[in-house]
This record gives sequence, structure tokens and C-alpha cells, in this order.
Amino acid sequence: MINRNPQLDENGVLQHLLTTEGLPASILLHILDTAESFVGVTERDVKKIPLLRGKSIFNLFFEPSTRTRTTFEIAAKRLSADVINLNIAVSAQSKGETLLDTVNNLSAMNADMFIVRHAQSGAAHLIAKHVRSDIHVINAGDGSHAHPTQALLDMFTIRRYKRDFHNLRVAIVGDILHSRVARSQIHALTTLGVPEVRVIAPKTLLPRMVERLGVHVYHDMAKGLKDVDVVMMLRLQNERMKGANLPSPEEFFKYYGLTPEKLSLARRDAIVMHPGPMNRGVEIDSAVADGKQSVILPQVTFGIAVRMAVMSILAGNQV
Amino acid sequence: MQLPDAEILFKSLAKKIRSDGGKDFALVGIHTGGVWLAERLHQELGITQPLGTLDVSFYRDDFDKIGLHSQVKPSEIPFEVAGTHIILVDDVLYTGRTIRAAINELFDYGRPASISLATLVDRGGRELPIAAQYTGIALELPVDKMLELKREESGKLSLNLYDKSLPE
Repeated sequence: MINRNPQLDENGVLQHLLTTEGLPASILLHILDTAESFVGVTERDVKKIPLLRGKSIFNLFFEPSTRTRTTFEIAAKRLSADVINLNIAVSAQSKGETLLDTVNNLSAMNADMFIVRHAQSGAAHLIAKHVRSDIHVINAGDGSHAHPTQALLDMFTIRRYKRDFHNLRVAIVGDILHSRVARSQIHALTTLGVPEVRVIAPKTLLPRMVERLGVHVYHDMAKGLKDVDVVMMLRLQNERMKGANLPSPEEFFKYYGLTPEKLSLARRDAIVMHPGPMNRGVEIDSAVADGKQSVILPQVTFGIAVRMAVMSILAGNQV
Repeated sequence: MQLPDAEILFKSLAKKIRSDGGKDFALVGIHTGGVWLAERLHQELGITQPLGTLDVSFYRDDFDKIGLHSQVKPSEIPFEVAGTHIILVDDVLYTGRTIRAAINELFDYGRPASISLATLVDRGGRELPIAAQYTGIALELPVDKMLELKREESGKLSLNLYDKSLPE
């Protein structure tokens, strides 16, 4: 059975943002182009525009997160929407309410948009399938499946510094296995035409058959970082680690931590990215994180503009 | 219908602004036709303040009806708005809704000393209490027609009229 992409309506118009997988380049580029205009808004004295005035956006966080929730909240507020933050990990669910009952209740409060973070892969898809057709859902991270707004802000950052996707070598380094960020990045990079995407990780932190995603696999930083234009570091996800995937953080740092020496193998003008929060001294050396090739803080700034773009495009795409 | 020559209208518009002169002001063009005009006026009038551009997509009042414009361009106001006399420039003045959006957006950059409006064609049909201080020409046009400014590669400006129901 072939289902149409659950993010798109029958005319191919974006209704939900659940994953970068299967989205055409035209939609990804439209989001990036729109975000360019929002960067200007966030640099003004009055960092607010009236676009989503009167709309109610619910931040549904079933898994703790400060940064992502905050950036969505700022983005929604700069669009003049009303934002309601629900930390459900400590609320309804602990009283036994099901996910869809929670969503039904909030829909009855006239929600216009749900931003969903959940430890279970597929949670945002489930909600998107379930809600009224005028409600939009944005996946803010589901299990180890997808984190599309993070990938889009990464694409935005790459385009800002490297202009074009079509001549780049990009390396994604670290815990690919547990990383929803890595999956969303790989789909976005390949859709946008990056000719060479590499993943660098020990065998134990790579998903099986990762090559099928169209990436080149390296287990050695020295080889994998050679001549790359972009280094995308991942956070080592201690909380998702089960069993003996890696011996110790110290040993991981020795082989896969990004130090100035290892970075010197990449192109001289290579940029270094990290989705945060960083484990300094585990996946990245402070000298690199704070160095002049680091674009980690600009990523955070651009993240607000990209999330504003996603929210306003979705809110404007009414059926 | 014979449309007036946009180049001649431009000359007359520039002349009107110049003859009002003396005041130090900044120009802000509204995307896309208004920016073309503002670029030309900026040069023709020798304005010292850098040129501003606005894309009013984020301030439009029809977002709930038609959603976000598919190609939003960044707004750039490279001068201090607070205390500045500003002339907004647009190609065609019709309902006044675009100008309302532009004024709202400008105020989010600061409190200007004044805002006036220059437009190549005033086609009537206002739905808001908005008037242009400088106009190339006033034209009565049927409601089912769209009037749009075009720019050739050479930079030459021309006016085009087409049916609203047809895609561009």
C-alpha cells in the first residue's frame, strides 16, 4: 500500500512538518527563503510581526527540553501568536490520560497548532493523523526518528555560510544511531543536492544499513574529515544509550571528539555545527566550540527565524 | 485601452517630488514595482539617505484568506526610522491596504517624523482613508482589471493591464 506523504494535502501543500524525509526540495527551499525575511525581523527594535495574531499554539512537550521549547516559544511570540506551554511529562500522562485524549482536550480549547516533542518515534505523525484538518502539527523531535526544524535550521546555516549546496562535502559525526537530528539532516542534505554526505562514527553508534540513506560511512575521523566543507557534530545521547554502545566518554573523545588537530584535516574554511546542548570534552573540544570556525551560536539565532517560517507557512496553508 | 507611458509618468512624479523639495527625506520602495521606482527616484533626485525596501507580506490583512505569499523578500531599512521624513513609493495605489501594511511595518522600526506617499498611478477604489501626496497620474480602471508595472532588462518601465481572473 502506498500512502501519500502525511505532511502534504492532496495538492502537495504542506499541512504538517513531521520529517524532512520525502519532502520535495521546493518546499525545503521555500522554508529557507521565507526564513531569510524573518532574520531581518529578529534584528529590529520591535521583533514582532502581527501575522499569527489571535492564533493559539500549544507546545506539547512529553519529553523535557528547554532550548527547543524556548525557541519555538520565542518564534511563536514574535509572530504574535498566543503560546501555551504544556510539560506533559509531569502532568496529564502521569494521571493516566492517553496521548490522543490529551490532544482532543486541547483541540476543544481551539488550538491552531501543536508543537510536539515525544520520546516515542511516530508520536507527531499519530497526532497529525488524528487532529481536525485545520490544525497543524510540527514535530519538535520524536524518539530517534526525526527533528525536522533542527535539520532545516542547519540547512539554513549551511546556505548562509556556503551559499550553494551543490559542491559541498558534509560530515556528520558522532552518535548517528540514536540521533533524530542526523536522520533529518541526511534527508535534507541529499534532497537539497549535497553530492557527498559522510557519517563518521564507531560501528556501535551507526544504524544498520545506514548506507541506504545515500551516505558514505567512515569509522576514522582522520579519513572522514579530510577536505570536508561542513562538520556537523552530534550530541552523545547518554540518556538513550542502552548497554555497552561505547566504553567511556573519555575514550569516545579520544577517537571521535572534535579537536583543533582533527578539524585541521577539513578544509580551511570549513564550518563547525552542533545542535546543542554540547557535551564539552566528550564530542567537542572547547577550543573548537568557541573557535572561529564554529557557527554554533548563529545556528541558535537562525533557528528562531526558521521556526517562524515553518509556523507561518503552515498557518497560511489552510485547506 | 491605451495606457500611459510609464517613463513619462516617472519623469512627472520625480518632478513633483523635487519641486516640493528642501526637506531631507528617505525613500522606501514597496516590493516589487515600488522598489524599481524607488531605485530610479533615489538616483534621479540624488538622495543621500540609503534606499529602504519593504516586503509587506508579514503585515497583510488577507493572510487568513490566502496564506503567506510564495516569495517573500527581506525588508531592509538601512537608516534610522525614528525622526526621519519618509516617502513611501509604490507603483499602483488602489485599495490602500498595501500602504496600511507598509505604514504598520515602518512603525515597527521606529517613529518616523512623517510618512508621505508617492505612486505612479492612482486608480481610485480606496477601501481605507489613504491618499498619495505625489501621483504620476490618476486613472479610472474597471474593477476586473489588474494594473502592474513591468521592468525590461534595459531598465525601461512600462504599465500592463490584464484580467484579474487570468494568471499572470
